[in-house]
Amino acid sequence: MTSRTLYDKLWDAHVIRDYGDGAALLYVDRHLLQETSTHQSFVSLRESGRTARRAETHLAVPDHAVPTDSRGGSIDDPLAAAQISALKKNAADFGLHYIDLEDARQGIVHVIGPEQGFTLPGITLACGDSHTSTHGAFGALAFGIGATDCATVIAAQCLVQQKSRTLEVRLDGTPQPWVASKDYALALIGAHGVGFAAGHAIEYRGSAVEVMSMAARMTLCNMSIEAGARVGMIAPDDITFDYLRGRPFAPQGEQFEQAVAYWRTLSSDADAVFDRSITLDVGTLAPYVTWGTSPQDALPITEKVPDPKDAPNEGEARRWARALDYMGLAAGQNLTEIAVDKVFIGSCTNGRIEDLRIAAEVARDRRVARNVQAIVVPGSTAVKRQAEAEGLDRIFIEAGFEWRHSGCSMCVAMNNDRLAPGERCASTSNRNFEGRQGRNGRTHLMSPAMAAAAAIEGRLVDVRELVS
Amino acid sequence: MTPFTALTSKVLPILEDRIDTDIIFPARFLLLMQRAEMGRYFFADQRIAPDGSQRAHPANDPRYAGAQILVTGADFGCGSSREQAVWSLVSFGIRCVIAESLGEIFAANCLRNGVLGITLPRPVIDALAAVEDPVTVDLEAQEIRAVGTAFPFSIPAAHRERLLNGWDDIDLILTQEGDR
Ligand code: SF4
Repeated sequence: MTSRTLYDKLWDAHVIRDYGDGAALLYVDRHLLQETSTHQSFVSLRESGRTARRAETHLAVPDHAVPTDSRGGSIDDPLAAAQISALKKNAADFGLHYIDLEDARQGIVHVIGPEQGFTLPGITLACGDSHTSTHGAFGALAFGIGATDCATVIAAQCLVQQKSRTLEVRLDGTPQPWVASKDYALALIGAHGVGFAAGHAIEYRGSAVEVMSMAARMTLCNMSIEAGARVGMIAPDDITFDYLRGRPFAPQGEQFEQAVAYWRTLSSDADAVFDRSITLDVGTLAPYVTWGTSPQDALPITEKVPDPKDAPNEGEARRWARALDYMGLAAGQNLTEIAVDKVFIGSCTNGRIEDLRIAAEVARDRRVARNVQAIVVPGSTAVKRQAEAEGLDRIFIEAGFEWRHSGCSMCVAMNNDRLAPGERCASTSNRNFEGRQGRNGRTHLMSPAMAAAAAIEGRLVDVRELVS
Repeated sequence: MTPFTALTSKVLPILEDRIDTDIIFPARFLLLMQRAEMGRYFFADQRIAPDGSQRAHPANDPRYAGAQILVTGADFGCGSSREQAVWSLVSFGIRCVIAESLGEIFAANCLRNGVLGITLPRPVIDALAAVEDPVTVDLEAQEIRAVGTAFPFSIPAAHRERLLNGWDDIDLILTQEGDR
């Protein structure tokens, strides 16, 4: 048998019908649903009189539109309340698992899927959300879809998909203190551009990946979509299996050990050939921040805001100039001179317990700068409770951070957590697009350690200097 | 789904690169649930000023009123998977997007909604964007005809067949796989 990559193996294992030309009908093992991308799916299912083919393979949870300032009462925004209650009703009518807003298991889909053991190695997993690539950290073939495809998964349990080319991203070296997988992702996209992985499924490998926690792997795979890749994956190993053992939706007991035996076969063959390959030595990296309105506008914090004169081509020069204008920045300014109004620590990229521990380490015995509003939004209610059990909430609150309930919050600004026009935010989320955190809001992406440091200093700062 | 065979219309040129779905349909309007309303918020933050007045934008320009063909740059529709971006485009009146490249999930969402997505090299994009007369996009012949010139394009055979017939995925799958 010819040698195959991890992606090839998962693809082959799920093909129901091969249409040729790389198109195939692919079986979907599991499906996550959130309130904002699925309402229309159920409208069309009802119109065509369809039911769920395998109801037990779906898990629905509200996250995008939920308020984070209080929990348990009624939701002020009538549109958000309607969307959340529609999800609950849709799940009930179609017999799908549903996690309520007040449930201890609630959280961002891409945080709770792994937490509940719903995400497993070797499966195909779809969700009406582009950051579904996150789940590839477990060696799953996981990809984002639109609302029509969500309906197709519910009714038919499969999807017509086009096979991607494969891209190996090798990360080697030992990072400097305070440099982590968010910095790796920003460095990669900064160096190669947002489209560098378009049409490709990424597999992250190398010595730096092998030692990463599941949280760090999820951050990396999460950001794959910002590089244009719908899929980002990592071969499962003992770190993966240890994470999953005992989780509610994972196999239990003897079945778990059988599953592990299979999961161990899920890696690219030694002589497998990728369509493309790039490498990064993480040992040389400083912490990264973005200065513009695309994730590729990323630089080490030690740099200056770039000058459109130095752009690689005319189109980029125009885009840079526009980004500087939108961001209210001047070419040549030190990145560390950029003052912030708000700080957001959370999201499916960096809202896990490991992220909050790092941010708390920076916040401990320090104070949030005057005039800065800093919020910490755990990625799930379980993360929130774990953090509280460890006393992290006290550290944050004593430092002047707001301690919130879980949800997407200021990553997407569908609730009240948003930037006012012109406000500037240090954010651990994944998109610095125009308007993403509120109309005319200005976003700088960075790691949790860097965002916490920005909250303390009231400006972008090299966390290594703050803590030394 | 409405079949797509051929379409003749003016083009709407929005020539920037990397227009993401947050720009096409800003997140705060995702709370709306009626597809037919979504065209009002197509490029909302670029088209509508905070006071509700109209900004200078190609989609507000009377010269392009009624255009059903959007001509745009690289990575159009990258970012969020929100199908609302496609619904707003359809509700605004667009049936065909011609771009240098398309975000992958966005391209799939177009196909699911009977919108023809075509990718062509930048010089062709620039040429088409400059055409003021109606342009014909012929999916059967896989060519675009504009002011006496024919520009060939191609899309995967399976996609073409689906658009030409207006097939819906669920019907297609359940019929083909011989169950229900
Ligand atoms: S946290 Fe942000 S990126 Fe992640 S699922 Fe929510 S809105 Fe999407």
